[in-house]
Amino acid sequence: MRQKAHITFTLNGEPAEVAFAPHKTLLEVLREDLALTGTKHGCELGECGTCAVLVDGRSILSCLMLGLDAEGRRVETVEGMATEQGLHPLQETFADTGAAQCGYCTPGFLLVAKELLAVNPEPTREEIKEALSGNLCRCTGYIKIYEAVELAAARMRGDTEAELPRESVYGYE
Amino acid sequence: MATNNGHGRGNGGGELKSVGFKGDAAEGGKLKVVGKPFRKVDARSKCTGQTRFADDIVLPRMLYAKLLRSHEPHALIKSIDVSKAQAVPGVLAVITGKDLQIPYGILPVSQDEHPLCVDKVRFIGDPVAAVAAVDEDTAFEAMNLIEVEYERLQTITSIEEGVFVEEPRIHDYGDHGNVHKQVHLEFGDLEEGFREADLVREDVFFYEGNTHLPMEQHAAVAHFDADDKLTLWSSTQTPHYVHKALAKTLELKPAHVRVIATPNGGGFGGKSDPFNHEIVACKLSMLTRRPVKITLTREEVFYCHRGRHPVLMKIKTGVKKDGAITAMDFQSFLDGGAYGSYGVASTFYTGALQTVTYEVPRYRFRGLRAFTNKPPCGPKRGHGTPQPRFGLEVQLDKIADELKLDPAEMRLKHLVEPYTVTANYLRVGSMGLGKCIEKVVAGSDWKNKFRKLPYGKGVGIACSSYICGAGLPIYWNSMPHSGVQLGLDRGGGVRVQCGSTDIGQGSDSILAYIVAEILGIDPFDIRVLTADTDLTPVDLGSYSSRVTLMTGNAAVQAAERARELLSSAVAEKLSVPSENLSFAERRVFDVENPEVGVTFAEAVVLAEQKFGTVATVGSYVPPRAPGKFKGAGVGPSPAYSYSAAVAEVEVDAETGYVTVPRVWIGHDIGQSINPMLVMGQVEGGVYMGLGEALMEEMIYRANRNAVHKFPSLLEYKSPTTLEMCDVFTYLVEDADPNGPFGAKEVGQGPLLPVMPAVANAVFDAVGVRVDEVPITPEKVLAALRAKAQGKDPRFGPSDVPAVNWPDPLKVLTPAEGGDGKEMPRVAVHS
Repeated sequence: MRQKAHITFTLNGEPAEVAFAPHKTLLEVLREDLALTGTKHGCELGECGTCAVLVDGRSILSCLMLGLDAEGRRVETVEGMATEQGLHPLQETFADTGAAQCGYCTPGFLLVAKELLAVNPEPTREEIKEALSGNLCRCTGYIKIYEAVELAAARMRGDTEAELPRESVYGYE
Repeated sequence: MATNNGHGRGNGGGELKSVGFKGDAAEGGKLKVVGKPFRKVDARSKCTGQTRFADDIVLPRMLYAKLLRSHEPHALIKSIDVSKAQAVPGVLAVITGKDLQIPYGILPVSQDEHPLCVDKVRFIGDPVAAVAAVDEDTAFEAMNLIEVEYERLQTITSIEEGVFVEEPRIHDYGDHGNVHKQVHLEFGDLEEGFREADLVREDVFFYEGNTHLPMEQHAAVAHFDADDKLTLWSSTQTPHYVHKALAKTLELKPAHVRVIATPNGGGFGGKSDPFNHEIVACKLSMLTRRPVKITLTREEVFYCHRGRHPVLMKIKTGVKKDGAITAMDFQSFLDGGAYGSYGVASTFYTGALQTVTYEVPRYRFRGLRAFTNKPPCGPKRGHGTPQPRFGLEVQLDKIADELKLDPAEMRLKHLVEPYTVTANYLRVGSMGLGKCIEKVVAGSDWKNKFRKLPYGKGVGIACSSYICGAGLPIYWNSMPHSGVQLGLDRGGGVRVQCGSTDIGQGSDSILAYIVAEILGIDPFDIRVLTADTDLTPVDLGSYSSRVTLMTGNAAVQAAERARELLSSAVAEKLSVPSENLSFAERRVFDVENPEVGVTFAEAVVLAEQKFGTVATVGSYVPPRAPGKFKGAGVGPSPAYSYSAAVAEVEVDAETGYVTVPRVWIGHDIGQSINPMLVMGQVEGGVYMGLGEALMEEMIYRANRNAVHKFPSLLEYKSPTTLEMCDVFTYLVEDADPNGPFGAKEVGQGPLLPVMPAVANAVFDAVGVRVDEVPITPEKVLAALRAKAQGKDPRFGPSDVPAVNWPDPLKVLTPAEGGDGKEMPRVAVHS
């Protein structure tokens, strides 16, 4: 029978170790061997962005990375975004603005958006579009996602009173 | 600028912090929850990875299944040898069509599918055998060791072949040859209508097929347990119909079958049929007595399909000089793919809703659906309506151009009157299309743009309408279409149970909002339990934009009954007339003396003391439709939503590349239950329409055995953030008496006007017609080239097949004094 590989790495800020069949992708290791099913799959061919996670702070498609390559790295999944203080501002704004409809692509978008805000705390709409262009969403038309990212960015910059413009919620008059 | 208190950050655990209430006090409005932008009841789970989709379920000793799919498009199965697969260590079961002989299908008239093909395969991707093994790799390895011997048959690959190739037949049922269904309905004296016309136009259009492309691949987990009960968790939009199909094909008592629809990672109609993989997983679990999971690959999702039918259309329309329609003669030819699916309904839908936007006094519809050796088509967002709506709205644009009328004004002038019955017996209720048109015309600065922008830029307008639920169920019965049970507990908690399925549109949340509104509590105090055939009353499913209207009405009834019980008990306790009691902010109190009251939890205790366990039910049956003729079942709805869109395009005449920077859309929602969720549906609908307008196509390699051209997310082009347009949305609230709080649908309607608006804008930009979607650069260039050569400046089909139509089923229109019944089959108008 196949022999399992074994790695140690940092998973959502905690030391982790896991044994798995060596051909498995990071996506499969996370979902099947670590029971972190928050990371989703849309194609398993690197086409849709759904399985994005952060490795050493950079977004990668976990379906294109071998689990073995995570040895010694810092991996962050959607399960690691919230802290004891509560949800990450992006999680909060995605939830509050309706940026998550079916929610299936949401974890990937959240992590890519987190990466964006780490390097660019005040992105323009165009920069947000560019950053998220590798993630497909079939529900929202992306607009509520942009708005959620902008709102989270504003709150993370200290503007705790920031809200959506009225027309984003009720439409134009 | 108003701040939006509606989606603040309270979670309902504290002192009524949870939002909505705060905003209300300021607005002083009557409604406390309905019309407010609360977050969805499951939003946080979805943003933290806690929502459990079907493939996230893992059970002890669970096996994994794989389907072997045909690589032949049309062939007889001569033999299947599974011996090598069975010999693989770790394989627990291998089955073929012989193990599951009972056919099924979503429509009672199209029971033409088998879980695994029995004697022939009908498209590349049709499953022939299945394996269950200890892990996915083993199942995959064994699947590849199954040997199937096929005998090829001629392949039917197009509408024309389906119409004219009589043998071999893909199915041994249907109207004739490979024609699945032909219909012919005539309402009023067409010839008289065309005689009255000042202009008669005939146009031919083609709408290419496309697919739903939900981000979640279909997945299911089946468990036949030690007590001989079967449970299936599946990403399905229609657990009730899956329940029926499982009981039938597996020969189990319905009472021993439980179907739980997991939250759908997108549906759009693609998870509305009972699927072979669901039945196969159940069978494998019954054989192995272990849980069995199956998760489709993305490629397999393309083979499940059930997406938009390719439709070829010919429309003859007569109009007066002011654009008033005098008669319309509509023909549609649908490429159905290999199975029936919803196809008979789809066929009727391509002819149903033409009449509910503008006055069409006389109307004829001829529709034909052909079987072809491709993945089966079915219902995709808008089901059978986007195709004819595209043709109709582009033709109206041509008519306006020919009559030198402003196409927006021409439409405004001839709108169907609200609360009337159309020539084909659809009862229109509230009708806010006029306001929608006015909003987008003003918002887009239409008057200063139409025919006035520089070459290469243009604007186009189109309108549409959609049903808010089908008037009839899929299988004949006179029971409710939707049921809700409410349970109230002593702690003040409320449990809502309903068979509806949340596919991301927010149907779970709608139930909570409506019940919270009526009982004066916080929606986040409510436990919503849905889509479980053991635990929830039947709701027919998330299709036909029926959910908000039908589950909403059922929820209203259940909640009002609960309110009556509580009122009666509280009135007795407080010695206040029950009609004086109000329910708000988790209290039941005397409106004249608000400090006199009890908490909601105390009210439940009082009611439980008085009546026993407090639980109520509500249900909903749509009103009877006015049409009584055969075929009158498709089109009637309790209400119709309306949309109008203006698209602005930029066309690069060198490359033919079309970009759409912005779309203005007005949608008549009746009443928003939650405007933020309505906005999300409008934006998502515009997005999906944009994809259909510009790039999405489910196509096959020509003359190469109907091999799908690109069954992958990369090459099946769909809009990314870089292609998505800006959307300016206007919500028109023309409350409909049949909707809960006046609400109408939004899940499907806003997609419909986008494609024709884009096509009309392309004409405004560069003066050529692309009478086909998607509007790809090569089609635009071909039309521009034709124009440069002095030919007809258009790209599109030239004609439809000349077929023999059955005699028309004739119905006098209401204006002619008709009663909705079919005329005797003699010449009534000669």
